[in-house]
Amino acid sequence: MGSRSSHAAVIPDVDSIRRETGFSQASLVRLHHRFQALDRNKKGYLSRMDLQQIGALAVNPLGDRIIESFFPNGSQRVDFPGFVRVLAHFRPVEDEDTDQDPKKPEPLNSRRNKLHYAFQLYDLDRDGKISRHEMLQVLRLMVGVQVTEEQLENIADRTVQEADEDGDGAVSFLEFTKSLEKMDVEQKMSIRILK
Amino acid sequence: MEGAELAGKILSTWLTLVLGFILLPSVFGVSLGISEIYMKILVKTLEWATIRIEKGAPKESTLKNSASVGIIQRDESPMEKGLSGLRGRDFELSDVFYFSKKGLEAIVEDEVTQRFSSEELVSWNLLTRTNVNFHYISLRLTMVWVLGVIVRYCVLLPLRVTLAFIGISLLVIGTTLVGQLPDSSLKNWLSELVHLTCCRICVRALSGTIHYHNKQHRPQKGGICVANHTSPIDVLILTTDGCYAMVGQVHGGLMGIIQRAMVKACPHVWFERSEMKDRHLVTKRLKEHIADKKKLPILIFPEGTCINNTSVMMFKKGSFEIGGTIHPVAIKYNPQFGDAFWNSSKYNMVSYLLRMMTSWAIVCDVWYMPPMTREDGEDAVQFANRVKSAIATQGGLTELPWDGGLKRAKVKDTFKEEQQKNYSKMIAGNGSLN
Repeated sequence: MGSRSSHAAVIPDVDSIRRETGFSQASLVRLHHRFQALDRNKKGYLSRMDLQQIGALAVNPLGDRIIESFFPNGSQRVDFPGFVRVLAHFRPVEDEDTDQDPKKPEPLNSRRNKLHYAFQLYDLDRDGKISRHEMLQVLRLMVGVQVTEEQLENIADRTVQEADEDGDGAVSFLEFTKSLEKMDVEQKMSIRILK
Repeated sequence: MEGAELAGKILSTWLTLVLGFILLPSVFGVSLGISEIYMKILVKTLEWATIRIEKGAPKESTLKNSASVGIIQRDESPMEKGLSGLRGRDFELSDVFYFSKKGLEAIVEDEVTQRFSSEELVSWNLLTRTNVNFHYISLRLTMVWVLGVIVRYCVLLPLRVTLAFIGISLLVIGTTLVGQLPDSSLKNWLSELVHLTCCRICVRALSGTIHYHNKQHRPQKGGICVANHTSPIDVLILTTDGCYAMVGQVHGGLMGIIQRAMVKACPHVWFERSEMKDRHLVTKRLKEHIADKKKLPILIFPEGTCINNTSVMMFKKGSFEIGGTIHPVAIKYNPQFGDAFWNSSKYNMVSYLLRMMTSWAIVCDVWYMPPMTREDGEDAVQFANRVKSAIATQGGLTELPWDGGLKRAKVKDTFKEEQQKNYSKMIAGNGSLN
C-alpha cells in the first residue's frame, strides 16, 4: 500500500486529459486511484474481466453494454485516458461549460454527447441507427429469460414505431434525440464526484 | 574467544529475560503489565503525532477526512422511482439513463472492491505502509518516525520472532507429548494447558492486546463458534481465551506439522483437499463431532475469505445446515496500531507475518454473543443472514449481501436474474402489455 502515490504527477498526460474531459485535477487523482484499484494484476490497463468483477455492475441489466462502451473499435484493453473519457460523459454540466469557445470541440459532457453515449448503448453495430432487431437484442439482455419472445417483440415494435419519424423502421440519432427532448438528460446522466 | 563468550553471555541473559518475563506468565495466564505500559506510551506518541500533523497542514486535513467517505454523491432511490419517466411504467428509451448511471457509479465506486484492500486511516500512525496521503511536516515528526522504525525493526522484531519460534516449537512438542497419554481427563486438561500457553506466547509475539467482552457467552462444548474473518490471526485471538476444534484443509510444510501435532492431543477436524469438495461428507463429519458433547466447540469462519474488517460479507450457508447451537463472535481490530487484514492477493503468508511483527501492536475487541439456534420455518440462508446481522451490529461493521468469493470469481448468475426479474415485472408485468 505504501508504494502507491496519489499525486497527479504519476498520471501520464494529465494536462491533456484534463483539457479533453474537463475533470479537475483532484477528480483525476481519485479516478486514477480507482483505475489502479480495478487493475488487479497491475497491468496498466483494464480488460473486460476487470470490469466484470464489479458485483454491482455485473447484475446491472445493461452491464454488458456499459462494459462494451469502454472498448470501442474492437480493442481488448482500456488505458486510463480511455477510462476517463467514458466517465467524462457523466460529468455534471457546470456553468463554465456553457460559454465555450465555438471553435473548440464540444465538451464530452454536453447534452448531445450524453445522449450519444446512451444511443450507442442500443446501437450494437454502430451504424448510427437502432434497428428493431438491435432493440430486441438489447431488451433481451436486460430481461434475460423473464419475458417471452412475443412480449419482447411487442415492446420493441412499439418503441421503434413511437420514435421513428421517417418510417425507415429504425431509430436514428436525430429521432432518438427528438423523442427525449423533454427529458432532463443533464440531471439524469450525471455523477458528481465529491471534492 | 572473548567475542564468542560475550555473545554467549548476551544470548543467555536475553533468553532468561524472555523466559522470566514472558514465558512463565503465559503458562499461568498472568500479565506483568509490561504491555500495558508499552501501549500507554504508544498511544501518547500517536496522539502527539496526530496533533503535529494537524497543526502542520490544516488544508490537508479536510482532504484526509473525506477519504473514508464515498467519492461520489449517491442517489439511492430504488429502481421504480429512478425509472419513472413521463409515461409511467412501460419500457422507455430513457430507461437507459438510470441503468447507465447506476453502472457507471459502480465503476467509479462499489462497496465490494474496497473491502479487499486495507482501510485508509484518517490520521497517520507513524508506519511507512500507511503513509499514502501524508507529506513531510516537521523535523521532529520525522525524527520520531525514524526512532519508531528503529524500535520496530531492531528491538521488537527480533523479540517477536524469538517468541513466535518458541511458541510454535512448544506447541508441536507439547501436543506430541500429550498425545502419548491415554485418553483421560488429565490428558484433556494438559492439552488445554499446552494450547493456551502456546497461544498466549504467540499473541505476545505480535504484541497483541485483546479485550474480551461478555465472557459468560463463551462457546460451549458441542456447539459451533462462528466469527467474521479478517486474517489467520483471528484463530490465535480466539484460542487464547478458550480451546476450539479447528476445521480446515490439510496443508503441507510447517502448517501440516502443526496440524498433525495438534490432532494428537485433541480432536480437530482436518480434511484432505479432495474431501473438502464433497459437501455431504463435510457436513456428516461435523455433525458427528458436535454430537459428542465432550468434544470442543468447532470454530468456523463462514465468509470463507479474509475481509478488511470494515464490513461483514455473505455467510455461506454450509455451516448453518449442520444443526446445533451457533455461538456468534464479533472481532473488531483497531487499525490505529496495526493493520491485521491479510490481502492474500498482495502478500503471501511470510510477508504478511513480517508485516504483523513490525507493526506497533495488534489491538482488538472480541464480543461473545448469546447462542442462536435455527427457528422453525427458517431456512439455512435466512438463519445465516440473521447471525450475520447480529455480528455486524455488535462489531460496528457494515453488512453487505455480497459473497466474499467475489475477490476471485464473478458474481453468481442468480443475482443478475433477480435484477432482471425486477425490471421485467415493471415493463411486462401483470400481462398488462399490448
